Amino acid sequence: MSSNAITIPRVQIDEKPWVDTLHEWVTTVDHKQLGVLYILYALLFLVIAGVEALLIRIQLMFPHNHFVSPEVFNRLFTMHGTTMVFFMGMPILFGFANYLVPLMIGARDMAFPRLNAFSFWLSALGGFLFYFSLVGANGLYGAGNAPDVGWWAYAPLTARAFSPGHSTDYWALALLVSGFGSIGTAINIIATILCMRCPGMKLSRMPLLVWLNLVMAGMVLISVSPLSAAQIMLVIDRYLGGHFFDAQAGGSAVLWMHFFWIFGHPEVYILIIPCFAFMSEIIPVFSRKPIFGYPVMVAATVCIGFVSMSVWAHHMFSVGMNSYANSFFTLTTMAVGVPTGIKIFNWIGTMWGGRIQFKVPMLFCIAFLFQFLIAGLTGVMLGSAAFASQLTLSYFVVAHFHYTLVGGVVFAVFAAIYYWYPKITGRMLNETLGKWHFWLFVIGFHLTFDLMHVPGLLGMPRRIYTYEPGRGWDTLNLLISIGAFIQAIAILLFVANLLISYFKGDKAGNDPWDAWTLEWATSSPPPPYNFASVPVVASRRPLWDLKHPEDPDSLYE
Amino acid sequence: MRSLMIERPSEVRNGRREMSLLKMKVSTLRFLAQTVLLLFWSAMAAWASEPKGSSPNGTNIFAPASSAAKSIAGLSVFVLVITGIIFVVVFGLLVYSLVKFRGRSTDAGREPAQVYGSTQIELAWTIIPILIVVVLFLATARVIHAIQDAPEPPGAVDVTVIGHQYWWEYRYPKLGIVTANELHIPVSDPSHPTPTFLQLLSADTDHSFWVPELGGKTDLIPNHPNRMWIDPQRSGIFLGQCAQYCGVQHAKMLLRVSVDSPEDFASWVRDQQQPAVQDASVAAGRRVFENNACMNCHAVAGTPANGRFGPDLTHLMSRATIAAGAAENTHDNLRLWVQDPSAIKPGSLMPAMKLTDADLDAVVSYMETLR
Repeated sequence: MSSNAITIPRVQIDEKPWVDTLHEWVTTVDHKQLGVLYILYALLFLVIAGVEALLIRIQLMFPHNHFVSPEVFNRLFTMHGTTMVFFMGMPILFGFANYLVPLMIGARDMAFPRLNAFSFWLSALGGFLFYFSLVGANGLYGAGNAPDVGWWAYAPLTARAFSPGHSTDYWALALLVSGFGSIGTAINIIATILCMRCPGMKLSRMPLLVWLNLVMAGMVLISVSPLSAAQIMLVIDRYLGGHFFDAQAGGSAVLWMHFFWIFGHPEVYILIIPCFAFMSEIIPVFSRKPIFGYPVMVAATVCIGFVSMSVWAHHMFSVGMNSYANSFFTLTTMAVGVPTGIKIFNWIGTMWGGRIQFKVPMLFCIAFLFQFLIAGLTGVMLGSAAFASQLTLSYFVVAHFHYTLVGGVVFAVFAAIYYWYPKITGRMLNETLGKWHFWLFVIGFHLTFDLMHVPGLLGMPRRIYTYEPGRGWDTLNLLISIGAFIQAIAILLFVANLLISYFKGDKAGNDPWDAWTLEWATSSPPPPYNFASVPVVASRRPLWDLKHPEDPDSLYE
Repeated sequence: MRSLMIERPSEVRNGRREMSLLKMKVSTLRFLAQTVLLLFWSAMAAWASEPKGSSPNGTNIFAPASSAAKSIAGLSVFVLVITGIIFVVVFGLLVYSLVKFRGRSTDAGREPAQVYGSTQIELAWTIIPILIVVVLFLATARVIHAIQDAPEPPGAVDVTVIGHQYWWEYRYPKLGIVTANELHIPVSDPSHPTPTFLQLLSADTDHSFWVPELGGKTDLIPNHPNRMWIDPQRSGIFLGQCAQYCGVQHAKMLLRVSVDSPEDFASWVRDQQQPAVQDASVAAGRRVFENNACMNCHAVAGTPANGRFGPDLTHLMSRATIAAGAAENTHDNLRLWVQDPSAIKPGSLMPAMKLTDADLDAVVSYMETLR
């Protein structure tokens, strides 16, 4: 690329009244501001759903505890699960995709900036509707407010006979609305990546983050649509006399399970693939080497995208499918482990022979690798239909998916925040506070979720508000709850770090990590137009070429 | 991209560094620690499953007592060993690369060799996992087939299990028995197997039948009959509980399976086949029962009470627990339950009947004659 492509003219910034600033943020169609809005919105819900998790853990500290009633407990786990998946996980990853994809492909903005804003505000409306149920709904028979049917909302528990009032309606509509927002964003990401790349950025030169978000967006299109259809069918059942899921009238409760999980399993990969994307950007930079096996990483991701569409019924190994169906879904589920394993090996290959710098983003990446390895292996256990008939619906499966979603997604998101915060705000996050955050979170995480596998092996089912003493579950549950509080302290440190560093952090400069992708070629934070002139790239690491003109990547690709 | 390791011409290679003995020790220790962690689950499971008193049994999936549970536990150990080996290998590689290739102060800003990939190595770590997947799949498919496609032998006991919001109904169609919450089945001698085949139905929402030491779980779904079989090879009480979220009191929908010797089972069947005891001394209590809504939901064989929304009470006193295992079947608990079910099980669908103390005592006395 030519060096004058990245010179930034000085911009005079005037102090504006706060009303104008607020107005600007509410009406913005800029991909960076929308990205930040997504991230802040998601962090708010991370804290809310985290508090719900703490209340759940207090209740489960002791057998026969009376901290909350069963009705409240059921609402807590429903709200916790739904919030974390739909209003924390997806938005925060969409936020990073929004912020980074145009920068990384050298574009001015997303392909459809207004659709982008519309999608964000639809998601925001979804989250608002969901929590408005606290004042606007009634739940299971006699139970009071807020959805309490679990985040899968299995039929026929959602029928009006079992769930009178409106809590289930709020749940269905919140997911429907935010689902439309997700589909809008997915279309936008795909269009941006396919149409907005700067000169020289062939598909084979896109940063892996961009590739992985392309796959993620494709999966959102395919899998969120059935979920939206299912929500509409549910509302038809509840209000228009439909019988899709009404077993008493010839409908099928199992049909709902299929609809939900044909969304639900790809959803797990929709959440984890952008995290693979963070790994694939951050690990090379802190190992000082390019990603090992770029074409194979792309192929493995596309492979995961396809195969993960055929594994959904491994969530249904207890519903009485025949032995052939159970065997088929065992095979597909285990097959997904192959491309996932390739990714882990390639990340290790990236570190192999490098000079690893243990900065905070890298620490989170290393913990991710270790934890995702275990999550993958417990996933293989759960993929074996016969073993899963014992493990599914127990605390083992709760431990497994928290290992993926906390040990995987949340750790990766922290890595991403520590890595790109300097770009977004222009200031570095505090390294010492970051290390405290990291180590406390690691300790709390392992205390909670390593131990949580054991009650599952000992027969403790999930979603129970209390349990019988004398089954070997008591001490374990107490320790699990203590771990949860250690994690909460770590999150407090993290939030403090975000706030303190925003005002007092060291100035970051354009390229604090000595990185290689295009977002580091512009100022921190980037100007509204991203690049003063359209960059031209000749390899996957345009900034490497710039920094090593005597030995550019373009010679080897 | 080129295959094999491509090194940059501009690279200034560091001299080979031997890992110092100390660092070797640190990495070895970490390695060992993680191996120990892996064994930790099974150790914890073993510790918690140690018999605490004579009965009942625990709920440990690694203490199986029936054919299905045993073959699942065997497969589980196999899968655990394979995944354990993968864990040790990959974790070892990870730790080794972190220690060996950590940045050093002597690097002085020099970049390492820029390696893009290696087709051979990547092919190797694609093919080996595929082979592992094939092995695990075949091992699993064999167990699935053995459990799910087993034919029902002529001597089998048939039980229809009906899940209700927060309690279990058991019907023995061949024996003419209806009971609730405590399942009695005969022990199955491997030389003359007498397995029990369960037909699983639901009256309302989804439930799941899970007694970990007797087998994997199978859901009870309305309009979707399921089937499972168990052949416990030792007698005793086996515990479990509903595993599929079914509503407010999902947590207290407990399972209690009594595996009886053939003689005990035969005598239990004879007792259950009798109509309810008619005891003139508790006629007042029976009047309370039949003049209130009790009889709309509960059945007592041989009396006009034939409701089906709640558990059959014909032989209530033959059961050790009430309220689907939520409380022991004692006089005080029974009285409290009739007076205010939500005191024992909030969210239970049984209403508090607001009986006077005299009526309450009378009806409890009546119930205590239903042996």
